[in-house]
Amino acid sequence: MAVSIAMPLLSPTMTEGTIARWNKKEGDAVKSGDALAEVETDKATLDVEAYDEGTLLKIVVPAGGKVAVGAPIAIVGKPGEDFAALLTAAPTAPAPAPAPAPAAPAPAPAAARGQTVQTPAAASPATRQVPPQPVKPLTAPTRMIQAAAPARPATNGFSEPAARVRSSPLARRMARDSGLELRGISGSGPGGRVVKRDVEELLARGGPAAPGVAPAMGDELIPLSNMRRVIAQRLVEAKRNVPHFYLTVEIDMERAMALRTELKEGGSGITVNDLIVRACALALVRVPQANRSFTEDGMLQHHASDVGVAVALEDGLITPVVRSAEQKTVSQISAEVKTLAERARNRKLLPEEYTGGSMAVSNLGMYGVDEFIAVINPPQSCILAVGAVAERPAAVAGKLEVRKRMSATLSCDHRAIDGATGAKLLAEIKALLEKPLALGF
Amino acid sequence: MPVIQYREALNQALREEMSRDPNIFIMGEEVGAYDGAFKVTQGLMKEFGKERVVDSPISELGFVGLGIGASMVGLRPVIEVMTWNFAILAMDQIVNNAAKVRYMSGGQLHCPIVFRGPTGAGTQLSSQHSQMLEAQYAYFPGLKVVTPGTPRDAKGLLKAALREQDPVVFMESELLYSVKGEVETGELVIPIGQAEVKRPGEHVTVVCWHRMIYPALEAATKLAQEGIEVEVVDMRTVRPLDLPTVLASVRKTNRCVVVEEAWPIASVGSSIVDAVQREAFDDLDAPVIRLNAKDVPMPYNKKLEGMYAPTADDVAAAVKKVLYIG
Repeated sequence: MAVSIAMPLLSPTMTEGTIARWNKKEGDAVKSGDALAEVETDKATLDVEAYDEGTLLKIVVPAGGKVAVGAPIAIVGKPGEDFAALLTAAPTAPAPAPAPAPAAPAPAPAAARGQTVQTPAAASPATRQVPPQPVKPLTAPTRMIQAAAPARPATNGFSEPAARVRSSPLARRMARDSGLELRGISGSGPGGRVVKRDVEELLARGGPAAPGVAPAMGDELIPLSNMRRVIAQRLVEAKRNVPHFYLTVEIDMERAMALRTELKEGGSGITVNDLIVRACALALVRVPQANRSFTEDGMLQHHASDVGVAVALEDGLITPVVRSAEQKTVSQISAEVKTLAERARNRKLLPEEYTGGSMAVSNLGMYGVDEFIAVINPPQSCILAVGAVAERPAAVAGKLEVRKRMSATLSCDHRAIDGATGAKLLAEIKALLEKPLALGF
Repeated sequence: MPVIQYREALNQALREEMSRDPNIFIMGEEVGAYDGAFKVTQGLMKEFGKERVVDSPISELGFVGLGIGASMVGLRPVIEVMTWNFAILAMDQIVNNAAKVRYMSGGQLHCPIVFRGPTGAGTQLSSQHSQMLEAQYAYFPGLKVVTPGTPRDAKGLLKAALREQDPVVFMESELLYSVKGEVETGELVIPIGQAEVKRPGEHVTVVCWHRMIYPALEAATKLAQEGIEVEVVDMRTVRPLDLPTVLASVRKTNRCVVVEEAWPIASVGSSIVDAVQREAFDDLDAPVIRLNAKDVPMPYNKKLEGMYAPTADDVAAAVKKVLYIG
């Protein structure tokens, strides 16, 4: 019996995917485990594997085509088999104007570690079209839909919320009546639901800024990439929902820089950032109260120091996580960060490599920035923004000296971390960097 | 305006209507010589005689059936059931005969009768005496079900019931009999099937009836101190339901809490929620919340009895929940 292969859910924030390349052509034999195609998600390019065996009867979405998660991309069956019913039953057009994941819940640590997460939806396996969570192996197997069962859009309670804006009926009506677009708005109701007060607030501000604004003459409206849309959404959520407070210190990097120079001369490629990641990991061990994430169900105490490293990409930003960095040497961290950054630039990161975590480090020192403030990447509860190491005047034992110094600002989620706790964490980071041999190599 | 008890208001309605219409007579256990188990019929036997205020034996099925027969041949009986819990024995007469006689006789017969008595929680009378049974009667087409919460509504609605051409189930409450309120002297007829906004407000609609209007009003008073204005809608009648009044209120406030003393499954409240979500979907800013009695038989234990039905605190918490605050 012919089966339809659906666009798989390959990352927690994915709502649609683009077929980068077909590895098979119509008429080719397909074996279970074959990589049928490559799919570009908002974060990476991953393989779509076949589950069943047969012949690739029809490529529904050609290379370059974009469809919503759960929509059919190909038909596999026996040669000559009639699969017309599968084509007519299933929506093949790209999802109209994909909405960002408004309330994309911060992945639970278990999911981040690639463990199986129970789906709350009660959909039967026969009708579920997409895996409930990013699961291992990351090239998530595509669920097959039997031809006998009419394919329908994913409604298993997982992919749907990601594809629509949660909003009250009243908020939707108000938005409709006033010509507002609710996409991209994060609401103040449960689960980010947009409610009346959010729309009123928006109307009071004169409506959403960007949508509906025609570009002025000579300007160009660049369509949002999936990644840019998700970044926008998540940052708005973080700034709106996470009460940030900020702590800034100046760190004397004289010894750290000397050590680094020495190591460099020995052939090591350790960067200042690697030292900072290691310092953060050890500081989190010394101040475990700071290694927590706020959740609605309770405070999640992390037992490992999973430190994210913000990596700038050409068209966005991603924060891969160095797991259990407290158990790794600076050299190991350095090697791992290099690999992760490379994979990030090639968009090959797996969701478990960039989700979860305790805190993150964002470094703009290489651009000569003296100091800045970073936005927390939930569910992490803090982020360290570090500026450039520069020669600055400093008072040392009553004398003015020129020292290599660096500014560091810790942004904390006040729901999880109080001022004193954040200050302790920052003090430990400073102490470790100022006596860098304690970092261990 | 005189302030009288709920039971006195009912007594006034009966006396005034019996004086006006000689076809009205009262029948039930202890309604005459004893002046009524809850003194609603006090003084009526003395005033109108034994032929119009008839003490019956303890046989609900019998005297309820007798009343229905009498109504079909031209009289207007008021059948007092000592509590609606006991009227379950006469359920067949009420729902299979009274409710359907007009329909099944093609309009040749009708049944102008009022069945009245208390329903709902008592004072440690345990599970067989403390059941809120309005849904049981509201279920049947052919019956009107009236649930007054104030002395004024009790009088005005009972007078209306006594002028109806079809059977009316009139549900009072043991706990309300001593409640006092202002009631007009003389003619006061409140049409059956009209809800009343007991307290206007702009933020949340609380729909209630019968005894639950009191926790609702208490919660509204408390919440007003926090700047939350609750609109309290008293249904007064649960069949027919005055949905236009409920919907108008929900369209104004965009949020709704339904409070009932009855159990949650297949209750009158569930019908109201159904109508609100269907008719006012685009006006809702939050899912409708329904507060009910705990889904167990009423306990005898006093503390547990107090925890059984929704309280003012429960209502206040539900109001905050639909407002997404607190």
